[in-house]
Amino acid sequence: MTTSAGPALEVRNVSLSFKGVKAISDLSFQVERREICALIGPNGAGKSSLLNILNGVYIPDSGEIVFEGEHFRRMQPLEAARRGIGRGFQNNALFSGMSVLDNVIAGLSRKSRVTLVEEAFRLPRALSQEKAFRARALDVLKLFDLEKHAETVVGTLPYGVQKKVEIARAIVARPRLLLLDEPLAGMNAAEKQEIAAVIARLNRELDLTVVLIEHDIGIVLKLAHHVVVLDYGRKLADGPPETIRDNPDVIAAYLGAQHAEAVA
Amino acid sequence: MSEINLPAAAEPVDPVGLKAVGIAAAIAVLLAAPFLASEYWINAIIVPFLILSLAGLGLNLLTGYAGQLSLGAGAFMMVGAYATFSLQLRVPDLPLPLALVVAGLIAGAVGLLFGIPSTRIKGFYLIVSTLAAQFFFEWLFLKFPWFYNGNSSATIALSRGLSFFGLEANTPHGRYYLTLGIVALLTLLSFNLIRGQTGRNWMAIRDMDTAAAVIGVPVFRAKLQAFAVSSFILGIAGALWAFAYLGSASVQSFGLTRSYQILFIIIIGGLGTIRGAYFGAAFVSLLPLALDWLFQHVFGGHVDAGLLQNIQKAIFGLLIIWFLIKEPEGLARLLGLQRAQGARRRLFPS
Repeated sequence: MTTSAGPALEVRNVSLSFKGVKAISDLSFQVERREICALIGPNGAGKSSLLNILNGVYIPDSGEIVFEGEHFRRMQPLEAARRGIGRGFQNNALFSGMSVLDNVIAGLSRKSRVTLVEEAFRLPRALSQEKAFRARALDVLKLFDLEKHAETVVGTLPYGVQKKVEIARAIVARPRLLLLDEPLAGMNAAEKQEIAAVIARLNRELDLTVVLIEHDIGIVLKLAHHVVVLDYGRKLADGPPETIRDNPDVIAAYLGAQHAEAVA
Repeated sequence: MSEINLPAAAEPVDPVGLKAVGIAAAIAVLLAAPFLASEYWINAIIVPFLILSLAGLGLNLLTGYAGQLSLGAGAFMMVGAYATFSLQLRVPDLPLPLALVVAGLIAGAVGLLFGIPSTRIKGFYLIVSTLAAQFFFEWLFLKFPWFYNGNSSATIALSRGLSFFGLEANTPHGRYYLTLGIVALLTLLSFNLIRGQTGRNWMAIRDMDTAAAVIGVPVFRAKLQAFAVSSFILGIAGALWAFAYLGSASVQSFGLTRSYQILFIIIIGGLGTIRGAYFGAAFVSLLPLALDWLFQHVFGGHVDAGLLQNIQKAIFGLLIIWFLIKEPEGLARLLGLQRAQGARRRLFPS
C-alpha cells in the first residue's frame, strides 16, 4: 500500500475558527497505524470539527494533515474517501429514503466502474457489479447482525440500529482509516458492548486504524490504545489510556473540578 | 410443534406467475387501446397524457430522485422540439427515431450546462438558474429565424410528418404507438438507472449531500448526470409534444406554464417514484374532463369554458398546497403503493 512506515495520520498545528471564534487552536497529534485513538473532551472541545477537517468538510485556517505520508493543506471530501478515510457521523447522516442495503451499497460508490449507459441497458458489466456490490454489502450487514433489516427503509428503524447501519456504510469500502463520531451514543449497555467488540474486531482483523469520539470513559479506556484529550480546541493530554486516567488536568476539565477534588 | 412446519393446506398462488399475467394483461390493453377508445380520446387525452408522463418522469429523475429543484422543464422540452425540427429539416437523411435521440442528446447537453450552477447552489437558488434556461430559450428561439426556418408564424412543424423507419405514423393510431413505444422504452431505461448505482448516488445526494460526498459519492458528477439524463428525456418529450400531439408548436407551447405543469405533475403524482409521473399526468389530463362532467351532470348545465379554466386553476393551487404540506409523496403513496412510513421526501434539501 504505502511505502513509509510512519504514523497513519498526523495532525500538524491545525487551527480552525468559525467567524472569529476559535474552535481548534494549534492542535498536533499522531495516530499510529492499526491503533484505536479516542478523542475525548467536553462538548464544544472541537472534536467533531477535527473529524470534519480530516474528511475535508471543513477547511482549517492553518496547519496541515499528513495521511499515510502525504501532506494535505486541506482535504476534499471525495479525495478523502478515495484515499481510504471512512466516516460515521454524530447524528446519523443516513440516506433516510433508501433501504438499509442501498445505504450500505452507496458506501461503495467510489468503487463503481460502470457507465450510465451500461446501467440503463443493464449490460453484463453493470449486472455483475451490482451483484458483487450487493454481496459485499450483505457481508458487512451480517457483521452487525442487520441482514433482516436489509430491505427496510432506514428512516423507519430505531436510532441504535441506524447507528450500526452507519458504521456498516463507513466500512463497506474497506477504508484504512475510520473516523467515528460517538458511535455508541444513545445505545444501551449491551449494544455498546456489541459495537465496541465489532470496532475492536475490525481494527484487529482488517488492520483498520480508528479515530473515534466517545463520551463513555469506561469503554474508551478499554477499547482505545491511545487517547487524546481536547478542551476548548486545545490538546490537554495525549497518551495511553492508563496515563490519561490519572492525569489531574484531564480529571479537572473532563470530569469537572468536583470530581478532581473527590479523587484527590 | 412439528405440525407447525407442515405446509399450509393450499399452495399459495405463485406471485411471479401472477405478476407476469398482470404485465401481459397491461401490455394487451395498451396495445389494444386505440381500438377501444375513440379518436378524440386518443388525440386529445391519451397521447398528451403519455407525453406529459414522460416529461414528468424526466423531471422526477432530477427533482424527485436527485433532489435538484428545477423550473426549466419547459426549456429543455423546447430544446428537444426545436432540435428535432432542425435535424429533420437540415439532415433529411436522418430517420426520425435517430433524430429524436440526437435531439435528446442536445437537450441533455444543454441541461448539463444549466446544471453546472447546481454544484454550488441548491434549493431555492437553483430555481433561478433553471428559470434562466426557461427565459433564455424562449428568447433564443424567437429571436433567430434560423431556429424556425424563418416562416411567418414562427412555428415549427415537420413537413414530412412522422415516420418510423418507413412506417407512416401520422394517423391517430400511428401517433399513439410511436408515443407509447418511446415512453415505454425510456421508462424502462429510467427504472434501470434508478435501481443501480446511478440512482443510489442521486438519492444519496437528495437525502444528505454532505454525507454523500464524505462516504465517496461523486456528487459533482452525479448531479450533472441527473441534469443530463433528465433533460434528455424532457427533450424527447418536448419533440413528441410538438409533433406527435400538437402537430405544430411555438415557444409558447413550452412556456413557463409548461414548466409549472410538469412540476405540479410530479408533486401531485409523487416525488421520487417512477409511477408518480404517470399518476400526476393522468390527474392533470383527466381533471378538466372530470370537472366538465361534474358541472354538466351535477349542476345541470354547461359552464362557461373560461370559468371552468379558472376553477381548474384554483383546484390545482389548493391541491399543490395540500400535497406539499401533507403528502410529499403524492398520489403514488395515497394509492397505497408506496414504501413504508418515515421515508419522506423534501422538496427543498436542507
